[in-house]
Amino acid sequence: MNNLLSMNSITKKYPGVTALDAVSFELKPGEVHCLVGENGAGKSTLMKILGGAVAMDAGIIEVSGSAVTVSSPAAAQQLGIGVIYQDFKLVNDLSVAENVLLGQEPLRRWKMIDKNLMHEKVRQVLGQLGEELDTHVRVGTLGMAKRQIVEIAKTLVRNMRILVMDEPSASLTEQEIRNLFQVIRRLKKEGVGIIYISHRLDEIFEIGERVTVLRDGKNVKTAAVSEVDRRTLIRWMVGRELEQEYPKVPLKRGSEILRTEQLGAGRLRDISLGVMRGEIFGIAGLVGAGRSELAHIIFGASKREKGKVYLDGKEFNPASPSEAIDAGVGLLTEDRNRYGLLMQMNVRENVSLSKIRDVLKGFRIDKTKERIAAQGFVDQLRIKTPSLETGVETLSGGNRQKVVLARWLFTRSKLLIFDEPTAGIDVGAKFEIYNLMNDLAERGIGVIIISSELPELLGMCDRIAVMCEGRITGVLNREEATQEKILALATQFNEATSSVH
Amino acid sequence: MSTDQTVKKVSAALAEYGIGVAFVLELILFAVFSPYFLTAENLLNVTLQTSITAIIAVGMTFVILTAGIDLSVGSVVAFAGVVTTVVLKLDFSPMIAYPLGIGAGLMFGVLTGGAAGIFVTKFRITPFIVTLALMTIWRGLAFVVTEGRPIWELPEGFAVLARGRMAEIPIPTIIMLIVFGAAHFVLTQTRFGRYVYAVGGNVEAARLAGIDTNRVLMQVYVISGVLASLGGILLASRVNSGQPNAGLMYELDVIAAVVVGGTSLFGGRGTVIGTLIGSLLIGVLRNGLNLMNVESYVQQVIVGIVILLAVMMDRLRK
Repeated sequence: MNNLLSMNSITKKYPGVTALDAVSFELKPGEVHCLVGENGAGKSTLMKILGGAVAMDAGIIEVSGSAVTVSSPAAAQQLGIGVIYQDFKLVNDLSVAENVLLGQEPLRRWKMIDKNLMHEKVRQVLGQLGEELDTHVRVGTLGMAKRQIVEIAKTLVRNMRILVMDEPSASLTEQEIRNLFQVIRRLKKEGVGIIYISHRLDEIFEIGERVTVLRDGKNVKTAAVSEVDRRTLIRWMVGRELEQEYPKVPLKRGSEILRTEQLGAGRLRDISLGVMRGEIFGIAGLVGAGRSELAHIIFGASKREKGKVYLDGKEFNPASPSEAIDAGVGLLTEDRNRYGLLMQMNVRENVSLSKIRDVLKGFRIDKTKERIAAQGFVDQLRIKTPSLETGVETLSGGNRQKVVLARWLFTRSKLLIFDEPTAGIDVGAKFEIYNLMNDLAERGIGVIIISSELPELLGMCDRIAVMCEGRITGVLNREEATQEKILALATQFNEATSSVH
Repeated sequence: MSTDQTVKKVSAALAEYGIGVAFVLELILFAVFSPYFLTAENLLNVTLQTSITAIIAVGMTFVILTAGIDLSVGSVVAFAGVVTTVVLKLDFSPMIAYPLGIGAGLMFGVLTGGAAGIFVTKFRITPFIVTLALMTIWRGLAFVVTEGRPIWELPEGFAVLARGRMAEIPIPTIIMLIVFGAAHFVLTQTRFGRYVYAVGGNVEAARLAGIDTNRVLMQVYVISGVLASLGGILLASRVNSGQPNAGLMYELDVIAAVVVGGTSLFGGRGTVIGTLIGSLLIGVLRNGLNLMNVESYVQQVIVGIVILLAVMMDRLRK
């Protein structure tokens, strides 16, 4: 079969770095071709070139056999190349139909929009995707999964033949990912070629035909998915053998660091659990099960309505994050770029922020003391940064996460809650974060991991609590925990309600 | 050195020091065109003329650093001037009247800033609306209290505050320098300063880092209120009366100075040094154009163009 797309010897240089060094990539109609690599490997640069957002220095792009120039995003659209970014480009205040046909509205006399035709058209496209969605609803009220469908529908009405999906599953639940895969299979049948970028290797094996691995701006390998295994892929990505993905070590359990009794607030009901020092405690559940809310309550960032919390055996009722911090709780928030770090500040300022008190000399911040403290954590956590004065904006995902961790070590936390700790972090850096969690637990710090990546929980945790609709539906020991059991507990209420109908 | 290289070097320096370079170029330009411009007397005069808006601009810098805005400063200038002059006219001995009058004016600043802070933090109304409302309230009340007439016949000593000099330097200039020095210290050296940048950079991330963000917001509006009142008292002293229409449109001059000085309206980035240079840049521009006998209407056009150019240069730097 002829190639739908072929990118040959694409080179892109930035001052001081070669982002892409003669990289080639091909896509056939009806194929899902996965693109993987660590952060900084060049995936996004390659896709930006394809999408017309960045100009290449050398190379040839052919669409359906003829050489083309992709000079702008508009030119890319003309060529049938559609890119769905991680953070969708939708207008939240417009309806589903208005978003799908934005800039392509069917018109009547006097350039009035033909609303009936518009909704009809969009319903038809959604039908093609196997989706039933009210086309009048404002996009802002939709969940992430539905917004993605809207994005996909947008590319369909524009007759995109080449579709780039950048981390499409990042904010989806297991069930929504299944659904997305159904949609992708339909698109394949229509002959659309899909470039699928993901850090989650499981997905590649499930949905992909071929996989191309990039490392340091170069092609490492392109192979049929059926001919590689997970281990090989990881070796290609990181360039060395990782002994194991999850470096679990046996730990000695100590006294109870956190206990909640019949905690309730908002959706949360009857949350009772205990976390020991020296164990890594996981919390599983679908998005919306109330996991982050629970973390926010323990951290004093939202109000609890019922029940009690004990920290280190003492009753604990933080009215604000600063009280929780003083008591020794640290929260590594979900989406560290939005809720964790101060992006315009440098490494030093981000580390000391939550306990500047400790480096004050009278009214002044003692910058020497601040520097010494921050440098200590940079060394200890092996944060890769040119200097303490470097803006965190320029650091990679893994190093950003380490800066947040440094902040909570600076406040001398005894309980750390990691909310989606490795989202958007590449394999090598994940491994380091896991090792750090082990170190922390060994030092007697209570470690809680909230994660949507089940393999991560199964790989790292001593016990896993599963939440569903604001309740704890079970706590599994490491030995008994399996993906199936967790999923069953995470969906038990949903099934119970649906079986009633 | 070839001209090409020179151009490159100049543009690199512009990119790095942006507004500071523009300010120096401006000084050189006027020095060339007007022999009087570079005299000590004229330069001191510029600082005197700039002092009031520059002092208010310091408070505005704090507010804008938190991604807020304070539109009420012009009206606060008027009402603080009225408060102070009304108190001065009460029959107290001078030893009591001056501290009491000035203290009352400054207390009013705390009050209006505190009110703005409460509406912004507790009722979650955007700063633009809150301070827009306060702007019309204080302007209106200034006219109500004075029945539309200026308050004249103040104790003789009051005018010294704005017209006096210490070691040849005008007192308002000295006050301005003290305010800038203190603000620079607070923003760069203290915990509160660090919190101001954090809240402006990302209020939710700051809250989750354990910062009492509402308190920080309250504090910046109080600072802005107090400094606007200080500006109002100095202005009342300069015109030796309490004028209900004083400080009209000051908010725009002040915001222009802050923005020209490189502070981002989205918060989190900026310095008071930038604000000082921004204020002086506009002040010097007006002064220089006056010396060159440029008509005042034309001056407005030029000032507007310079504001656009300055901000554009700042954009190019990023």
